[in-house]
Amino acid sequence: MGRGPAFWAAMVAVVLAAAVYPLFSNDYTVGNAAYFLVWTFMAMGLGVVWGYCGALSFGQTAFFGLAGYAYGVITINIGSAYGLTWLALILSVGLGGAFALLIGYFMFYGRIKGVFIGIVTLSVTLVLETFMSQTAGPQWAIGTARLNGFNGMSGMPPLTVPWFSGDVVLYSGTALYYVLLAMVVAVYLGLRMLLNAPFGNVLVAIRENPERTEMLGYDIRLYQMLAFGLGGALAGLSGALYTAWGQYITPSSMGLTSAALPIVWVAVGGRRDITATLLGSVLVIAGFQSLTIYGSQYALVVMGALLVFTVMVTPDGVVATLMQRLGRIFGKAAR
Amino acid sequence: MELFTAIFSITYQFGDAFAFLVISCAGLAVIFGMMGVINLAHGEFIMCGAYVTAATARAGLALPVAILCGALAAAAIGMVLERTVMRHLYHRPMDSIIATWGISLIATQGVLILLGPTMQGVGTPLGSMALGDRSYSLYRLVLFAAAVGLLGGLYLLFYHTRFGVIARATIQRPAMARALGVDTRRIYGLTFGLGAGLAGLAGGLYAPTMTMVPTMGATFIVESFVTVVVGGADIFLGAAPAAAILAIIKASLTAWYGQLFGQIGLLVAVIVVIRIMPGGLSAVVKRWQR
Repeated sequence: MGRGPAFWAAMVAVVLAAAVYPLFSNDYTVGNAAYFLVWTFMAMGLGVVWGYCGALSFGQTAFFGLAGYAYGVITINIGSAYGLTWLALILSVGLGGAFALLIGYFMFYGRIKGVFIGIVTLSVTLVLETFMSQTAGPQWAIGTARLNGFNGMSGMPPLTVPWFSGDVVLYSGTALYYVLLAMVVAVYLGLRMLLNAPFGNVLVAIRENPERTEMLGYDIRLYQMLAFGLGGALAGLSGALYTAWGQYITPSSMGLTSAALPIVWVAVGGRRDITATLLGSVLVIAGFQSLTIYGSQYALVVMGALLVFTVMVTPDGVVATLMQRLGRIFGKAAR
Repeated sequence: MELFTAIFSITYQFGDAFAFLVISCAGLAVIFGMMGVINLAHGEFIMCGAYVTAATARAGLALPVAILCGALAAAAIGMVLERTVMRHLYHRPMDSIIATWGISLIATQGVLILLGPTMQGVGTPLGSMALGDRSYSLYRLVLFAAAVGLLGGLYLLFYHTRFGVIARATIQRPAMARALGVDTRRIYGLTFGLGAGLAGLAGGLYAPTMTMVPTMGATFIVESFVTVVVGGADIFLGAAPAAAILAIIKASLTAWYGQLFGQIGLLVAVIVVIRIMPGGLSAVVKRWQR
């Protein structure tokens, strides 16, 4: 995957389709699509950590929430003039990544394996949620930004791009959609390169057989920690973008239900390949969105059932399995 | 007298935290420690036990009988789930996490749809006693006794009954047990049912002290997982001492700095423990025994 003319042709076709899509649609649906794109970074990050490196993290929303709050605090303090929101974005993503590296250091250098990774990351998320929920009082403020406890923060500025004829403010809509699309393409290609490079091969080797990889002379703890940090930074990117998109973040974005969401996307989409993860996540999020609109209270039930179904019937993920089947059919036809 | 009330207060809080940790992690420890399955629907079994207990208690049953009903209902559901879903996932631990997570989502939201956002609970029985200028709920003492009794009961069950011997054999060497004529599938089912039943028991015991909401299982899940992780695979060598240590940490931090720091203390403890002894307490104890 990721090499050869077929990949690039498909890639260009998909990006073109995504680029012309707003021309045939109204502003509201495009805004919705932008919302889906916000989440894909977290899904891709989890795809790297879980699918490639084999460490199931339940804590992606911890980094999501941390970066989301950081974006809020920083932008409220420094304002949105001169496009400083991008600085805030970079800082909050860095913070998410640094926090993930720290947790990753303790976990992987402590030789935590398998299912325990899930438990530790889940505990981190839930403790962070509890912490943010009780920051209601006025003493919980950083600079001029009140954390507001359970009610969450609001009123932070959206992303702005400084432009010659006045700043372009990226409210939910077509402009934001294009910016996000460009970011998704950039992140996807970057990950693709990284995962096709030796780094990605080592990650897969660790997933398949950690002991053997270690015998070959790789410090697997370092690789796992780096992958975890990368996943955390990507989750943080989603978090900061989410805050910028809705100008709103609450502790519940780190809660149990939210922590489940990325796992559902990646599990259902397919985790063994970043392309399947990306496509699957967009599909599942979109499907989920329409479910919440038409049958709000059944959405979670359907999601749970989807998870159980995926695990029992297509353990590699629905989209990944479909891609394999199609690949086999087309492969035969070509021969 | 001043000193006595202070000591009593600290002991009481320790006992309370200890009972909570032991009772809420017993079911998890059986399912995880014996079967190696991480059951993320543990909180939902607890919720199920609590709901059934509250419903039957308000229907007129005495509270102990109602709690038993709650435990049995959770055990029955657990065995059905084992038969339909878990049985296919024993060789795929990661996938079993996801499947139980899915089940937990269905259960929480399903209960919310069927029974509404909250349910009328049962009052705390036994009243309270006053000592110094504070009053203490007597029911908490019952919970402490129940925790100790639970550990004793499980010990007897696993080390002094036929079922216990067969169950331990099945879990340690499934192929060997099968060769000796043990119906291992049945044993797996029963063990999972036992774990689920213990979760239901936890829910029943704590039903009188909590608000009944569909997400109430979440309040148990972190602390029970933390206990199991610190304790390691063995219930008696691991989970029980882990619960004692964590209870001391939690009670003292909660007394000095409040609820939140109690939780953070637990988390830090778990990371430190895993950093220095990855197999949990029970691995250390076993190595030391040898």
